[in-house]
Amino acid sequence: MDVYTFLIQVLNGLQYGLLLFLVASGLTMIFGIMGIINLAHGSFYMIGAYLAWAFAAATGSLFSAILLGLVVSTLIGVILEWTVFRRLYHRDHLYQVLLTFGLIMIFEELRSMTFGDDVHSVAIPAVFSAAIPLTDTLSYPVYRLVISATCLVVAMLIYWLIQHTRLGMMIRAGASNREMVQVLGIDIKLVYTLVFALGLALAAFAGMIAAPISTVYPNMGGQILIISFVVVVVGGIGSVKGTLLAALMIGMADTFGKIVLPQIASMSAYLLMAAVLLWRPRGLFAVGGR
Amino acid sequence: MTAQKKTSRRDFLKATGIITAGTLLPAHFAIGNTAKIKVGLMLPYTGTFAPPGNSITNAFKLYIAEQGGRLAGREVEYVVVDDESDPAKAPENTHRLIVRDKVDFLVGTVHSGVAMGMVKVAREAGTITIIPNAGTDAATGPMCAPNIFRASFSTYQTAFPMGKVMVERGHKRVAIITWKYAFGEESARAFKEGYEAAGGKIVKEMFLPFPNVEFQAYLTEIAALKPDAVFVFFAGAGAVKFVKDYAAAGLKNTIPLYGSGFLTDGTLAAQGDSAEGVHTTLHYADDLGTPRDNAFRVAYRKAYGYDPDVYAVQGYDTAQLLAAGLDPVKGDAGARAEIIAAMEKATIDSPRGKFTMSRAHNPIQDIYLRKVEGGQNRVVGIAAKALADPVRGCKMA
Repeated sequence: MDVYTFLIQVLNGLQYGLLLFLVASGLTMIFGIMGIINLAHGSFYMIGAYLAWAFAAATGSLFSAILLGLVVSTLIGVILEWTVFRRLYHRDHLYQVLLTFGLIMIFEELRSMTFGDDVHSVAIPAVFSAAIPLTDTLSYPVYRLVISATCLVVAMLIYWLIQHTRLGMMIRAGASNREMVQVLGIDIKLVYTLVFALGLALAAFAGMIAAPISTVYPNMGGQILIISFVVVVVGGIGSVKGTLLAALMIGMADTFGKIVLPQIASMSAYLLMAAVLLWRPRGLFAVGGR
Repeated sequence: MTAQKKTSRRDFLKATGIITAGTLLPAHFAIGNTAKIKVGLMLPYTGTFAPPGNSITNAFKLYIAEQGGRLAGREVEYVVVDDESDPAKAPENTHRLIVRDKVDFLVGTVHSGVAMGMVKVAREAGTITIIPNAGTDAATGPMCAPNIFRASFSTYQTAFPMGKVMVERGHKRVAIITWKYAFGEESARAFKEGYEAAGGKIVKEMFLPFPNVEFQAYLTEIAALKPDAVFVFFAGAGAVKFVKDYAAAGLKNTIPLYGSGFLTDGTLAAQGDSAEGVHTTLHYADDLGTPRDNAFRVAYRKAYGYDPDVYAVQGYDTAQLLAAGLDPVKGDAGARAEIIAAMEKATIDSPRGKFTMSRAHNPIQDIYLRKVEGGQNRVVGIAAKALADPVRGCKMA
């Protein structure tokens, strides 16, 4: 493997890893802060992708499709929190797993009813459709660089939001002691709604920007959900920092696994998980408590 | 006036009597045209494989309609089941058609996994079954049975001949990429067998989890390896995406793309320019130009308003094969052994060209080498003449 190939494969791995981070960060925040295991998280990745496809077809622009899609998916998230998840905070994880599994089936059925069961493709926006040539056969697509850059910016925004803002302070406080925060006069219910909607919007956003490179198809939520759980477990449940590191590791393992050992490519992420958990049974950055 | 009334009542009674007698008698002993032939169509009518399911059904019914709505002089009744391309539902659906609906013949299906579930039940029950698409080698290999026929192709036939073609065209080092599932692995194996036997060398085999379409890492690897050419199996939306991504990565002009015919069948409209120049092997092409094919294409377009595809041809031939079995026994659906014998000996005058059945009940047929030109799969040669499947593992005498 020469330098250029290696470099491009690193970029491929980074891009996949960063995209995984967007999905997994919401999953780990919702668990870390509200203690909810949300199996329907992957459905939002799928919802995002289908919204991007439908709105892009209607408006002719992926950018306006993403804006519209963000509004719609955030609304769905808020409504879900009000109607369903609010009742689950004090319940056992078994109830959460059963209910959110039911939600997956409802979302799949709704998807089938509204959008059908076909596979759809979304065009890469014309501005980003070029590729940067490196050698006579090797080149790197601009759109993938844009995805990586966008994900990096969003990752930094999440970090800033949680570590350096008043809202972030409330979130962190609410995660460790809900009653105390309430006594201080902060509307913890509103904070929870915000975090929940933000987490789901992140997954939907990932689905939207990934739509042009992965196409839009039934059950796409299930695939990303499983790999996102692997990321969360490897990173340490509830740790956003750990999730970022784990997502990048899995992105790299997956990409290089495909090339170096194609026979076991589909297992590489799980092998990595097994290795990490043997060494650190609670993940890379375990958050205490639960 | 009165006389007329009396006659019509007598006629009515007579007709009722005949119909009642006809339905009371078992089909095997039925005299004349009273007993209908019941055909169970178990095909996908929803989901990704709905278009092939509909093509097969349309063309099957077209052939019957051309015979005046009859097979060997008998009216045909359809029992239609949407198999949803779900292998888990295959045994139950098959069982229901055989036991509850008591169909005389089974026709199905598109998805190889569903076909295997169907074959397992049908070979126990002994119902004569014709597969109008699903190519999995196992159906006419280890799972073969006297009552199981296939009117389409085996995976082997769509990939094996390409090996020799690619070596002859000077491609000595080739990479393979496909999905890691039965049909993809069978395609890769068959191609590799033909290619290595002709003296070629495989530099890399890459398998993606089905139905993943994120090709970037593999395309980078192909660009780095610089093989003489690439052999691919993908179908449907995956084929569209691969061919487009391959062209977008700038590989199309430096490393030629070859594949099993499904790479560019039913997908050309979506692939557009990116598919131009791609070579594939299949048992059908868009411009065969034979009188038989032309007549079929005209009739199909007239009946349904659009052009037939390879699936339609297979559906049409399924009906022809069934007719070939029923004609010698004058539509006696109970004469199982005679029907099977007749089907085994039949020469089907297919739009794809004439074919006969192999020992394992799979068509022995010409495989065409096609090239995409002007948005059509044009014939550029015959990759294999009268190719039979290798019949590996088939215990049938």
